[in-house]
Amino acid sequence: MTGVEGAVVVGVDVGGTFTDIFLFDEASGRYRVAKVPSTPADQAEGFIAGLTLAAGSVSGIGTVVHGTTVATNALLERKGAKTGVITTAGFRDVLEMRRRDRPRTWGLWGQFRPIVERALRLEVPERTLADGTIECPVDEAAVQEAARALLDGGAEALSIFFVNAYANDRNERLAYDAAREVWPNAFVNFSSQIVPEIREFERASTTALNGYVQPVIARYLTGLERKLAEQAFAGQILIVQSNGGVMALDTARRFPIRTALSGPAAGVIAGAYIATEAGYPNIITCDMGGTSFDVSLVIDGASTLHLQTEVDFGLVIRTPMIEIATIGAGGGSIAGVDRGGILQIGPDSAGSDPGPACYGLGNMRPTVTDANLILGRINPDRPLGGRAALDVEAAKTAVQTHVGDPLGLDVMAAAEAVIAVANARMAGAIRLVSIERGHDPRDFAVMPFGGAGALHVGALVREVGLARALIPRFPGVTSALGCVIADMRHDFVQTINRGLDDLDEAELNATMGDQARRGLELLSRSGVAFAARQVQFEFDMLYVGQTHTVAVPLEAGFDPNDIPLGRDDLVTAFEAAYRRAYGRLLKGIGMRVLNLRVAVIGRRPRFDLSALADAATASPAEAHLGSRPVWAGGQWHDCAIYDRLSLRPGSRLAGPALLEQDDTTIYVDPGMTAEVDRLGNLLVMEGEEG
Amino acid sequence: MIDSVTLAVLKGRLEQIVDEMDATLFRSAFNPIIAEAHDASHGLYDAETGATLVQGKSGLPIFVGAMAFAVRMVIDKAALDGDLRPGDIYLFNDPYEGGTHLSDFKLVRPVFRDGAVYCWLASVGHWHDVGGNVPGNYNPVATESFQEGMLIPPVKLYAAGELRQDIVDIVQANSRLPGSLYGDLNGQINALELGERRLADLLDQYSDGIIRDAMAELRARAARLVREHIAALPDGTYSCDDWLDNDGIVDEPLPIALDLTIDGDAMTFDFSRSAKACAGPVNISRATAVASCYVALKHIFHDVPANAGVLEPIAFVIPEDTILSVTAPKPVGGYTETILRVIDVVFGALAGAAPELSNGCAYGTINALSLAGYRQDGRRWVMFSFFGGGHGGHPEGDGLNHGNAPISTATIPPVEILEAAYPVKFTQWALRPDSGGPGRHRGGLGAIYEIELLEQQADVFLFGERGRFPPQGVAGGGPAALNRFRFQQDDGYRSPPMASKMVGITLKRGQKLHLESPGGGGYGRAYERAPEAVRADVREGYVSREAAARDYGVVLGETLEIDAAATAARRGEHDDDRG
Repeated sequence: MTGVEGAVVVGVDVGGTFTDIFLFDEASGRYRVAKVPSTPADQAEGFIAGLTLAAGSVSGIGTVVHGTTVATNALLERKGAKTGVITTAGFRDVLEMRRRDRPRTWGLWGQFRPIVERALRLEVPERTLADGTIECPVDEAAVQEAARALLDGGAEALSIFFVNAYANDRNERLAYDAAREVWPNAFVNFSSQIVPEIREFERASTTALNGYVQPVIARYLTGLERKLAEQAFAGQILIVQSNGGVMALDTARRFPIRTALSGPAAGVIAGAYIATEAGYPNIITCDMGGTSFDVSLVIDGASTLHLQTEVDFGLVIRTPMIEIATIGAGGGSIAGVDRGGILQIGPDSAGSDPGPACYGLGNMRPTVTDANLILGRINPDRPLGGRAALDVEAAKTAVQTHVGDPLGLDVMAAAEAVIAVANARMAGAIRLVSIERGHDPRDFAVMPFGGAGALHVGALVREVGLARALIPRFPGVTSALGCVIADMRHDFVQTINRGLDDLDEAELNATMGDQARRGLELLSRSGVAFAARQVQFEFDMLYVGQTHTVAVPLEAGFDPNDIPLGRDDLVTAFEAAYRRAYGRLLKGIGMRVLNLRVAVIGRRPRFDLSALADAATASPAEAHLGSRPVWAGGQWHDCAIYDRLSLRPGSRLAGPALLEQDDTTIYVDPGMTAEVDRLGNLLVMEGEEG
Repeated sequence: MIDSVTLAVLKGRLEQIVDEMDATLFRSAFNPIIAEAHDASHGLYDAETGATLVQGKSGLPIFVGAMAFAVRMVIDKAALDGDLRPGDIYLFNDPYEGGTHLSDFKLVRPVFRDGAVYCWLASVGHWHDVGGNVPGNYNPVATESFQEGMLIPPVKLYAAGELRQDIVDIVQANSRLPGSLYGDLNGQINALELGERRLADLLDQYSDGIIRDAMAELRARAARLVREHIAALPDGTYSCDDWLDNDGIVDEPLPIALDLTIDGDAMTFDFSRSAKACAGPVNISRATAVASCYVALKHIFHDVPANAGVLEPIAFVIPEDTILSVTAPKPVGGYTETILRVIDVVFGALAGAAPELSNGCAYGTINALSLAGYRQDGRRWVMFSFFGGGHGGHPEGDGLNHGNAPISTATIPPVEILEAAYPVKFTQWALRPDSGGPGRHRGGLGAIYEIELLEQQADVFLFGERGRFPPQGVAGGGPAALNRFRFQQDDGYRSPPMASKMVGITLKRGQKLHLESPGGGGYGRAYERAPEAVRADVREGYVSREAAARDYGVVLGETLEIDAAATAARRGEHDDDRG
């Protein structure tokens, strides 16, 4: 790493409620974790407070790696900058017309407000055809006139997108140059620079959203830099992207939309790393917070990427993001019985304010947390986040009134039913990313993080038939740890859209070489030291006539400079990928290459997780804190309570058991066994022996 | 009886199986009507009756109701032949007993447990071309189904697990796009195989008896839920009349008229006053008519699960001689237009009973547009697409701009995909100002699409509606704009004599097609719309200044300031008129 040599790396994950810090001193192998309240008005305040708490002095820090929700919040709360659009004559409404969809299958009461109002979307004469021919050169004077009009209309950012710019970006580039002459800031984007890929709505949407969050991110990062400088910080700042890789600050300023899932992505990265180090490279990470349950699949230590994400109806982002399936089932999700007499959990949530009924802050409806409290799985005197003691009676009243009475159950049975249905919903989300895609759950461990997940993992192991649960040492700061671990990664795409027979092999190899070079230059310019550099090529291919593509990866280490890629190689790779996806190949039908995708990765130095378990020296007897009754399977069990972090590696416990630590509570179901591994992770398995 | 917790779990598991069948076909299908527009569906059906047990969330809504009739047809056929075996798959596209139109090919497969049929799995998908006079099969001048495409009765595509290649050869030989058909057929087989595997896993895990109990209980609960919804509506008879422009052969309006009677917790849909069966292809079968009422109800009561229980409390009166209950060989290719009108009158009639539950009508026509020709190298090309329009204003706000039809969840292909695949150039792809019906909550806007031909020559076919009768508003809301279609010839633009239906248009290089789709109907009286909201609409270009004054009584000055006095006078006058 540059900056301060032999330096300290700090991961900072700013979430909605807490700012989590993970500090690691590479020289000594020492680490520290800290959790401070987030400061939503200016996230930089909580950032600095947490950093100071963990590091004492900021001046000794070499690298800060940051997972941020600034862009996420701007998108979800619609608090981005006023943005203007300049586009091809005839196409001003692409953003608003979307792909002619609606928010829900059933019910026609949907509404959509585009992030760029119609009056700020202007057209200019220009046209590029599908084959890249410039039919009408862009009118640069018209571009400047439109830009001035948008400025007069109050626009702070500008997005330019022209039809078919993926096939030839000349008109967009000329328009960009012309606009920059009159635009007073650097918040000018053009679509072929953001995502040079066919499909105008998705490209336009991504470009406009990039502009929408750009000034917000820029102000935030500049403020952060200034505040750090005031504290004599001399290191560098890296930002976590939604694809799970980090990027330099200037890249983040140009492509802020790549941070839309920055925080959750860091969590998945950490999960993948911890699990691989622990010897279980196939895992399903589950982040259960107050309102949602986020699931992500890791195979052979690698997270899966989604090429497109819709953050809200009609707000489409087309950049690679770690695939995270979200359902509305968190600790605060509300339970109730619908008109058909079926018990439902969520998607309504009491959130953290007013929160579950047991918080006593005005919500009278029962939540998953209330049910866990009634069943004895949460310690009423030790709630997360330093709240007042929880009100068990309020929880019981809520569960009895809204679940027990309608279903004819007593309060304990009703609370257990709430947990059973919540578990079933979570299990459904896990099945969706695993079984439903052809993966056998017996090959996977489930890894909970976030505050609430560890209460449910045993049930998930049983319900889905997973091999085991793996609970990391610090579930509550997993994302911050992920920041420290994440590699640097840059993704590129270029639409090719040629039949295999029409493909110009030389041109294709040249394009592949160019993309790789651009990525490697970005790595070099970042100033970060890497243990290794990798380039990965992948094609989106399909049979002629299909519209959905299959991802066709080339084998790792492929370098077009060594051996150029040929048509036959593509056929072989496509057929292998297609057979994996659908089982049968189609005979006598031609193939087509739609897109080239290139990922350039700078591997950061390996992080030794055994450092985290150094303080754990107690035997189970020494770590035993007492016991309390827990309701499970229709009866009370006397359940032992342990101090989780002091348990030494190799310790084994039989369920039922509760393991407490500041950032979560772990519940080991009756009939299951927990074991501390050499890295301080907790493994929970079915059976006495494990 | 099955406990409520297990029931909730199994409901999710069963739905997931069907959803995954949908996803498998969408991803592996060849033609964009399935792959992009999701004009397909899957489900589980009762072993004896064919009644819908479980339906996917992602498939085309109209099939939710129609597929039960299709499975019933196979059950009867198998009983007649007496040779049903595990591994059989029936293939057919009969639109009369089985519902919808010839383009929809159904694959139906029995699931055997312990030597007996446990239930049926079915897959339906809209194939790109199934023969007939018009590429893409929307033949607006068909007078018999023989002019619309091939008709395959239920035949075994697979017999005891063995593919009968003869059948594949026959259907391929009858299509202009045999490769596309082959890909779609394989996708549907993939979906059925996957469904059978997943269902077997579930049955093994829980037992056949428990799953059977769960499905019966879900059906009973759906019926109960619908009864509760109906009971909450005021008793009475509520009527709504709407019209189709014409049948493509005879230029006369065709009424679709509903008298909806609510009596306690039961409901009767009486369509007796509707048009008689017509010469052209806007007839539908009774199965299709019932299915479209189901779609309308499900849009209003969206918490109702998708199974046969929903229809238990509902009676249908559809006389046999109407446009809504035809038999072979009456043409039914344009069924989409008729079912959209059926849905519109259900919304309209329900608005009479409970305006707080209803919404203005959506744009109400799919505008099936087909361009076909030959490239210079002799290759044939067929571009076939449906277009969008506005949704109706509703109790919560303005209608959605440029949505998909209520019968589908289809997305429109991107301009760039169309331009890359076909020799066309779009010169406009825009919202259509003043197309939304005025109302306290305005109807959403329709769209303007303008397409220029880049090849030497093409034949153009259009099958649309709403060229003579606009989408209606409810609760005092006004109608949306009409559908408009023009095509360029050497002597200028022309419009089809039948408004929105035409075959045999020949387009030359450089000539254009211009389509303007309707918006949605308004909700509530337009004069009750806040003047500020009308002003915002004018500023954004959704509504013109002229329309603001004419339709909303809001008078705006040169710089769009509200002329309060003139507005008050105009709105007051209007009230006086109504006196």
